Amino acid sequence: MPVRLLSARVSSLASFPQLSNRRQLERLNRLDARAGSALRWLALFGGAAVFLALMAIVYQVISGASLALSRYGISFVGRRQWSPAVGRFGALALLYGTLVTSVCSVAVATVLGVAIGLFLSLMAPRRVAAVVGPLVEMLAAIPSVVLGLVGIYLIAPFVLNNIEAPLHSVLGFIPLFGPPGTVGNSDFTASLVLVIMVVPIIAALSRDVFLTVPSELREGAEALGATRLEVIRGAVLSTTHSGVIAACMLGFGRAIGEAIAVTQVIGNITQISHNLFAPGDTLGSLIANQFLTPVSALHTASMFYLALVLLVLELATMLLARYVSRHFGSRR
Amino acid sequence: MTSSWTSSGSSPNAAEGQRATIRPRLRLSTGVGADALTEPTCSPTPTGAQVVFRAEQLAVSYGAKRAVEDINIDIHRNEATAFIGPSGCGKTTVLRCLNRMNDSIPTFALDGKLLYHGHDLYGPHVNRVEVRRRIGMVFQKPNPFPKSIFDNVAWAPRNLGMKDDLGGRVERALRAAALWDEVKDRLRASALGLSGGQQQRLCIARAVAIEPDVLLLDEPASALDPIATASIEDLIHRLKDRYTIVIVTHNMQQAMRVADRTAFFSLDEHRVGTLIEYDRTETIFSRPADPRTRDYITGRFG
Amino acid sequence: MNVHASPDPAHALTPSGNLRRRMVTSRAVVAVTVLAAALAVSVLFIIVYFVAQRGASQISVAFFIRQLPLVSYGKVTGGIGPAIAGSVEIVLLSTLIALPAGVLTAIYLTEFAGARVAAPIQTALELLAGLPTIIAGIFVAGLLVAHYGQSAYAAGLALSIVQVPLIARTSIESIRRVPASLREAADALGIARWRTITGVVLPTAAGGIVTATILAIARAAGETAPVLFTSSAFGTPYQLNPNQQVPNLPVEIYNLANSLNPTAVSDAWGAAFLLICLILLANIGARLWLRRSERKRGL
Ligand SMILES: Nc1ncnc2c1ncn2[C@@H]1O[C@H](COP(=O)(O)OP(=O)(O)O)[C@@H](O)[C@H]1O
Ligand SMILES: [Mg+2]
Repeated sequence: MPVRLLSARVSSLASFPQLSNRRQLERLNRLDARAGSALRWLALFGGAAVFLALMAIVYQVISGASLALSRYGISFVGRRQWSPAVGRFGALALLYGTLVTSVCSVAVATVLGVAIGLFLSLMAPRRVAAVVGPLVEMLAAIPSVVLGLVGIYLIAPFVLNNIEAPLHSVLGFIPLFGPPGTVGNSDFTASLVLVIMVVPIIAALSRDVFLTVPSELREGAEALGATRLEVIRGAVLSTTHSGVIAACMLGFGRAIGEAIAVTQVIGNITQISHNLFAPGDTLGSLIANQFLTPVSALHTASMFYLALVLLVLELATMLLARYVSRHFGSRR
Repeated sequence: MTSSWTSSGSSPNAAEGQRATIRPRLRLSTGVGADALTEPTCSPTPTGAQVVFRAEQLAVSYGAKRAVEDINIDIHRNEATAFIGPSGCGKTTVLRCLNRMNDSIPTFALDGKLLYHGHDLYGPHVNRVEVRRRIGMVFQKPNPFPKSIFDNVAWAPRNLGMKDDLGGRVERALRAAALWDEVKDRLRASALGLSGGQQQRLCIARAVAIEPDVLLLDEPASALDPIATASIEDLIHRLKDRYTIVIVTHNMQQAMRVADRTAFFSLDEHRVGTLIEYDRTETIFSRPADPRTRDYITGRFG
Repeated sequence: MNVHASPDPAHALTPSGNLRRRMVTSRAVVAVTVLAAALAVSVLFIIVYFVAQRGASQISVAFFIRQLPLVSYGKVTGGIGPAIAGSVEIVLLSTLIALPAGVLTAIYLTEFAGARVAAPIQTALELLAGLPTIIAGIFVAGLLVAHYGQSAYAAGLALSIVQVPLIARTSIESIRRVPASLREAADALGIARWRTITGVVLPTAAGGIVTATILAIARAAGETAPVLFTSSAFGTPYQLNPNQQVPNLPVEIYNLANSLNPTAVSDAWGAAFLLICLILLANIGARLWLRRSERKRGL
């Protein structure tokens, strides 16, 4: 029925040039040629704009950072101190904060996300998956500023009152779980907020990857007397691990790039502390926090430099994720 | 070529089709030296002591659609039983009931009774994983795992904890599937590099590696060329002394060549699949009782 | 001796050998996946509930129309009228840029580009999709704001960088799903390429493109990082001149949240509740629309 509708559309187009008059027909052909090439150029313009936008972003970030680039060179990345008041800038503490919060959150989000992906693709009845899947994806649609607001008023107090002390007393021998803080704004809280943002990404991507596993392969494993877990390990994960790794890397890319929600809950103190319960800062959160109130041109340029570091990290992560999913992709 | 299952893979150069050397494997619990063929083990049913599957008024529906009904059949131990009939008459459906592979289809519903060695296959305390461990299945399309040849065969034994002499077990399984000589030098190579016929024999090796009781084969040769088909048929001949085999085929010559008994399925007047006739293969093909069977095997139908 | 002989047929069809143990681990893992899914869904509901609990009481016509109190933020709650109007304006500007750019890119990649030209554009699209939104903000800050000051235009441009990949990627998918037979039918009738694209391909893919646009609008409406440096007006009266900074919902929430005044914070909750409702409704609506249009196409 719908296909017939569409064919009607096709044939209505076909009837259009059925004109007896030769001059009219020629004019129509010329029009077709002109409109065709116009559309072609327009489309090329759109495609080129996307490519040029990326180039322009890279260029603009580098040129914005030029003052800091010429001042510090590459050593900026290794400098620990960030003190606008005395005019000293370096990315190390922020890089540290970014990596710690992202690695912690992705580690947790991978377990949860892959588990949800398995649930949605292999465990849940279709009706359940059709409801739960979109709900999980909607978690990713919550704006970061709202999540940050919830972070400030729900998650940070909860972490402070119910998580920090118990974790410290049980796992205190691990330096990461040091003495509790006083406000709840910390790397730990930021990581928790990031988990909420990253889980839906890993869940949706890994579900899509798991759905590509042919059912014959799963049935083959089932027919050999395998339990559900063995089917998952033998027939599903073993054929999709590169896709799952790529999904986690994309989640990592999301985590390092988040600025707003993190800046709302991390405490905004530029320091390197092994203690997850201490306040910190990340590349993005510092830019979000200080960009509108620079104290010097070098301060602004240094923030562009931070953006450059973030951009490089992000592009490397994305390209690596792409490489992993393509080159170690399904050997089918 | 295939050495006795119980003596660990000795005579690799024995000629093909040496059926006489194959003995059914021994169940250690019943003592050494006993021959399973002569042992009164398998069925608590009073009729013949050798019934593996018994269907009584079996019927299957997918949602509102009735796929097969009125199936009454006894499948005998250490025989090859063929299901033949036109496509869409429910051969696959019935076969997949035998090891509960249909359970994952949400609309699937079964009526009637299906007994396996007297146990109700669809009874309340039946564990599906256990069922499939005992009743292996090989599918129409070869579906090796994207792992090495060795790992394909070793995968299920590892799950089951059959860890000792895994290499020997894999070798015996590959020999039983008449694949050993072709792959013994590249056991670590990916199974996906094998030809279609080799892949299908690998799937058979994978199934026999855990020594099931029954082997279900759903048109195992339908996607293969004549030479690969011949080697699969050869293989079935040799396996049936050790396993109970049920094979679906739409190829009547194949049924004649490999099967001891043949069940002819067709659509009844309501276009629902049903079992028309079931007998020894010679009888079905020489003196069919039902005119519909006669029409089918003489090519006047389907 | 092999303890794993063929199972005894007389044994009931209950777990034998190591199966009991394997079933336990397997069921434990299944339980973990169910719990993980339940956790994610409950987190969503907890967040929505928490925002609703604090924000719903704010909702009134006055709240949607009035502006924030200018100087002394005493006990009087304000309103988010200017922020709503400003958000509509910058999202509109952004979509005006991103919709044509995204759809044209999709048309180029699916209909015109050869493999060698398509590859870099495709890659750029993927990289833009993963671009940290704060970088979109700082890019436009360097490009426009540094020279012309903040404006609704700048905010629209920054948001469009977030929107383009969303629209382009979904459009590509839905164009690719247009049955090849339709295109072949058109080709066989000798219909010009551009007529096929505008008359057959795009209308058929419209469902997907509309869905993508709705989702992209919902996304842009909630993005803070791109507008924070490009249109960071806060607490101002109605202001719609696109050459100047305009107030908007995300920045308003961001600033109110950091304020220490409880009345201001409750305004933040009200605005957050509005935003979250709009975004979730847009998501649900877009999904339903997509399902409907796919059904209409018989997919
Ligand atoms: N998963 C399913 N859902 C609905 N109907 C099915 C399904 N599988 C098979 N059928 C129907 O059951 C009937 C028997 O199919 P099948 O067992 O595959 O036949 P055969 O193997 O003899 O060709 C067919 O009419 C088929 O359409
Ligand atoms: Mg079939």
